[in-house]
Amino acid sequence: MMLTIKDLQASVEDKTILKGLNLTVNAGEVHAIMGPNGAGKSTLGYVLSGREGYEVEQGKVDFDGHDLLDMEVDERAQAGLFLAFQYPVEIPGVSNMEFMKESVNTVRKARGEEPYTAAEFLKIAKAASQQVNLPLDFLKRGVNEGFSGGEKKRNEIMQMILLEPKLCILDESDSGLDIDALKVVADGVNSQRDGKRSFIVVTHYQRLLDFIEPDFVHILADGKIVKSGGPELAKEVEASGYAWLDNGDATATQGATA
Amino acid sequence: MSDQLDQAIARKYDAGFVSDIESDTFPIGLDESVIERISAMKNEPEWMLEWRLQAFRSWLKMKEPDWAHLGYDPIDYQSISYYSAPKSMKDKPKSLDEVDPELLRTYEKLGIPLHEQEMLAGVAVDAVFDSVSVVTTFREKLEEAGVIFCPISEAIQKYPELVKKYIGSVVPKTDNFFAALNCAVFTDGSFVYIPKGVRCPMELSTYFRINELNTGQFERTLIVADEGSYVSYLEGCTAPQRDENQLHAAVVELVALDDAEIKYSTVQNWYPGDENGKGGIYNFVTKRGVCEKNAKISWTQVETGSAITWKYPSCILRGDNSVGEFYSVALTRGRQQADTGTKMIHLGKNTKSTIISKGISAGNSSNAYRGLVKMGPGADGARNFTECDSLLIGDKCAAHTFPYIESSNPSAIVEHEATTSKVSDDQLFLCQQRGLDEEKAISMIVNGFCKEVFKELPMEFAVEAGKLLEISLEGSVG
Repeated sequence: MMLTIKDLQASVEDKTILKGLNLTVNAGEVHAIMGPNGAGKSTLGYVLSGREGYEVEQGKVDFDGHDLLDMEVDERAQAGLFLAFQYPVEIPGVSNMEFMKESVNTVRKARGEEPYTAAEFLKIAKAASQQVNLPLDFLKRGVNEGFSGGEKKRNEIMQMILLEPKLCILDESDSGLDIDALKVVADGVNSQRDGKRSFIVVTHYQRLLDFIEPDFVHILADGKIVKSGGPELAKEVEASGYAWLDNGDATATQGATA
Repeated sequence: MSDQLDQAIARKYDAGFVSDIESDTFPIGLDESVIERISAMKNEPEWMLEWRLQAFRSWLKMKEPDWAHLGYDPIDYQSISYYSAPKSMKDKPKSLDEVDPELLRTYEKLGIPLHEQEMLAGVAVDAVFDSVSVVTTFREKLEEAGVIFCPISEAIQKYPELVKKYIGSVVPKTDNFFAALNCAVFTDGSFVYIPKGVRCPMELSTYFRINELNTGQFERTLIVADEGSYVSYLEGCTAPQRDENQLHAAVVELVALDDAEIKYSTVQNWYPGDENGKGGIYNFVTKRGVCEKNAKISWTQVETGSAITWKYPSCILRGDNSVGEFYSVALTRGRQQADTGTKMIHLGKNTKSTIISKGISAGNSSNAYRGLVKMGPGADGARNFTECDSLLIGDKCAAHTFPYIESSNPSAIVEHEATTSKVSDDQLFLCQQRGLDEEKAISMIVNGFCKEVFKELPMEFAVEAGKLLEISLEGSVG
């Protein structure tokens, strides 16, 4: 088991957002989490990665044998949890290359691997930037400094490729992307599917799932997973939107048996 | 978040040890007889004593400036000792072998080995301990190139004409309260003369160390770069950790004659006091350079220490086409206060100046940039560019910017840009989510912020400055 979330309840600024969420992700699986705005989709990613200000009120999370909720943010990252941000932040003056080399070598050290030399890292960084279609000078520029929205998202995927995490959480990595950029992001993700690495793909729209085919689709509403199914569930959402959620719990529970 | 950050930036002061060295120290207090004694100790000529006494008499009539954005209890100038020298220096050592081994160990502990074979190749060092210069390295090699690099007390004896001509020519002895005090009581410092057309074959540096209790350090540096010459000079400073405040009032004068260039870098790490503001150095410094035709002066400073910093390295761009630069990183934490910046006085035609100032405030500290750009009536086509950025860490610190622009020439162009930003939770979270711990994350963000200034430092010292910043931000986390 890669990730087991049991009855997770979490709040932000004293407002409970996640209200008893359960989810199991096995190694190599891709799970899509869909839902209306305000359902708690981004909160889930932040709670799992340990962001300050996100208080866990109850529940347990096991990540690859670790008690995840007991770990610091950087420890979780070193253990192989990666979050691709919806709105990646800029760090002026710190070159992308320098930042990634420091990160990758820190994570490698935690895994008991030798750090990359500057020359080795340059080689793999070049390959990764080509893979996500970012020109090489983006490695020299400050982290996300002056990048367009699409370039920032591709930069996130590049970081994911370089860090070789066990579990990747993509927080609306499709938002604000045109179709070409979307394909680049999806190709990047698909190239990392190796039967062992797991993914949680958080998205509002079904569109991304045309390119990253999930094994499971979950509907998150009001802090809980209200319905789970296969890829066809995403198509349903595409056809009928999230309005049916308001029709009461009956519909939701019915579908959740899938 | 701010508590964690406060922890992360609370650090140990590595240079805070006290050396056990027997000293000859004057009793506290200041009057003309003290100045006469200092002058006698240094075996100075009559004109030097007279110059000191004139400065002292002016100082008595001057008022301590209060316009800076600083708050501190009044300094009692009668409770300070104005001279302290290691006993072993009485008969000045002829070579390093005669220097008190404890002194050498002090500098070694600070990472400044004074044995030439162990030193950074290509860097000559003058080591000033309390009130005297203890050793100057690589002097013979420099003499071959005609370069003079020696304690200023020695230069007064050996090169009186040069000293007499230039001392006080850039910073007059009545310039300001602290400069006048320095003129009256200065004890040592470095003197540099680069002859016409000579490119100084190595970096020159002076390390200042205050050791004795209740002693002020009043050093004086004079650098003269003759026509067409070049020199790069670096000063470093540290002091033991003590509960009492100690006064440091230095004067630095730079003279760049036609076509000469002086690059002056400072890594200042005086003891900043503890987290409650107890102890620390009061650093009141006057630094100024004058540029003749086509000359250039660059000031680069990395200021991480001192309880109080009052310092405005300036350039008087007297000659046509001369260039002044000021690159500064000032980091304050705990209860530190800094009021620092520069003055660029454009007098000649087509003179250019660049000011890049990076202020970083953490903890409960206060960090102010104060800068004057003045375009004189003759400064046709002169240009200035100023960029002034502040970075806040946590929410209890403060940053202030006080730019002054005075232009008497319509063809002169002055540009000023200023930004204030915070080390945001988002940036920290991104770094930590990528596996970096909080300390590393903060130091990386701060180093990125300072990049433009660090690249101006000589190579060896850029690394040192980066590390110093990292140590300064290092905390008790974990």
